[in-house]
Amino acid sequence: MNRQILSREGWIRLAVIVAFTAAFEALCRFGFIPSTVVLPPTDMAASLWHILRTGEYNKDIISTISNVVASALISVTLGFVLGVILHTMPRLRATIEPLLASYYAVPTFIFYPVFIVVFGVSSRAIIAIAVLLSVVAMIESTLVGLDRIPRVLHKTAAIYRMSTPARAVLIDFPAAAPRLFTGIKLAFAYAFIGVIASEFILSAQGIGYAIAYAYNNFDNRNMYGLMLLVILLATSANTALDTIDRHMQSRVRVTR
Amino acid sequence: MTEPESIHARLTGVTRVFELSSGATLRALGPIDLDIRRGEFFGVVGPSGCGKSTLLDILAGLSRPTEGSVLFEDKPIKGVPDGVGVVFQEDASFAWLTVQDNVAFGLRRAGFDAAEIERRVEYAVGFMGLRDFANAYPSQLSGGMRQRVCIARTLVLRPRLILLDEPFGALDQQTRLLMGEELLRLWRETGATVMLITHALDEAAMLSDRVGVMSARPGRFIDFIETAWPRERDSRIISDPRFGAITSRLWDNLRVESLKTMGTTIQKASP
Repeated sequence: MNRQILSREGWIRLAVIVAFTAAFEALCRFGFIPSTVVLPPTDMAASLWHILRTGEYNKDIISTISNVVASALISVTLGFVLGVILHTMPRLRATIEPLLASYYAVPTFIFYPVFIVVFGVSSRAIIAIAVLLSVVAMIESTLVGLDRIPRVLHKTAAIYRMSTPARAVLIDFPAAAPRLFTGIKLAFAYAFIGVIASEFILSAQGIGYAIAYAYNNFDNRNMYGLMLLVILLATSANTALDTIDRHMQSRVRVTR
Repeated sequence: MTEPESIHARLTGVTRVFELSSGATLRALGPIDLDIRRGEFFGVVGPSGCGKSTLLDILAGLSRPTEGSVLFEDKPIKGVPDGVGVVFQEDASFAWLTVQDNVAFGLRRAGFDAAEIERRVEYAVGFMGLRDFANAYPSQLSGGMRQRVCIARTLVLRPRLILLDEPFGALDQQTRLLMGEELLRLWRETGATVMLITHALDEAAMLSDRVGVMSARPGRFIDFIETAWPRERDSRIISDPRFGAITSRLWDNLRVESLKTMGTTIQKASP
């Protein structure tokens, strides 16, 4: 099949990124931006390559990735279960939903002293903050997904004389899947932000901690290499999830 | 009432009252007394909101009547009975399954063996003109084709009573006529009893052996028109002189009832 590697918009987007990076490189190389402030992108890439090749920060990278994956998994599972519970209990939902709506107005990180007291300076405290930050996105997506299952599909399930568990597995969850996946995508993004940000303040390891450490020691080279690594990890993961998300969304019809 | 041995479904004194959130009640349907004959193609027309879909839900076992009894094959309906298939007005295809998996869905649920599923699905998909789209997903199909998927999914289970709730409502006139022809062909081949709810008088007149006209809410049957068409018929029947007489009689009845509905709406809308 003759499939295009990139759409026209994709090529334009790529061209913009390349042009911006080249301009940034030029500004750094010609001294408009001092290297003591920001490294040229090629130096950042070289630093990242060095970091990956030497394995100097492998422990931190593994720690961050495992914390992100653990936080995302907990958020997705917990958010999904809580979403289903709220969906089946309209009165409880009516009570809680206004609180969920204003949830992201509260800066979750203010609770970090509480988590340190409860969990100590450890991965558990980081995961707790990341879960706190990401779980509500999954709850909201689960509620939206279940709300938007067309009523006619429930009637169809009744015609097939399905039990509630059979309907849930064969009709409800597949029908809600595109919106549930949007929740997974958001939960992952929030978990990533939560973990990196928490590592700055309540950790002795992880990429966030390593960036803060490098910054405090005027180690620009490693700091920018690690920052580039964070950007690449976040955008690659998000691009992969977004590709799946768009594929699933394309199955949701306009008519529904 | 019809002879007992030829009755496939019988509704006696059926009413349906809904309780509104304000605490008031709304009488949506009835009382309805109706016999549907075995193998009959029975059409139902009525003004908007007269309870046609409520009637279908009751007959399908999706909703219980407030009063009265409903029998299917001489047994009272408690829940969805075996042998009943429903095609809804809305698109009920499963977006996450291909056309052939949609069609096979009920067969798999019913535990048919793989060879039988394949045989029935292949036939139904071909019969509904979907062979070239067997591996497509519903989002890749037009509205008419998706409705055909739903019809095929219902028919592969070989229901003895097929209930259709405005299945062609979203289609253009030409497609409706052709889909109507396909429906007649299916009805002849399967020998099933069909109840078709429709807004379109020409559709009801062309497809049905008998058309029931419902009143404005609460819906009751105010007229039954025997079309007396031959079993072998298609959309060309619309050029028959009697076709005009049938649709004219349907409209005479329906016009009065529709005006009642509109009058109520206008009165309510007025300050």
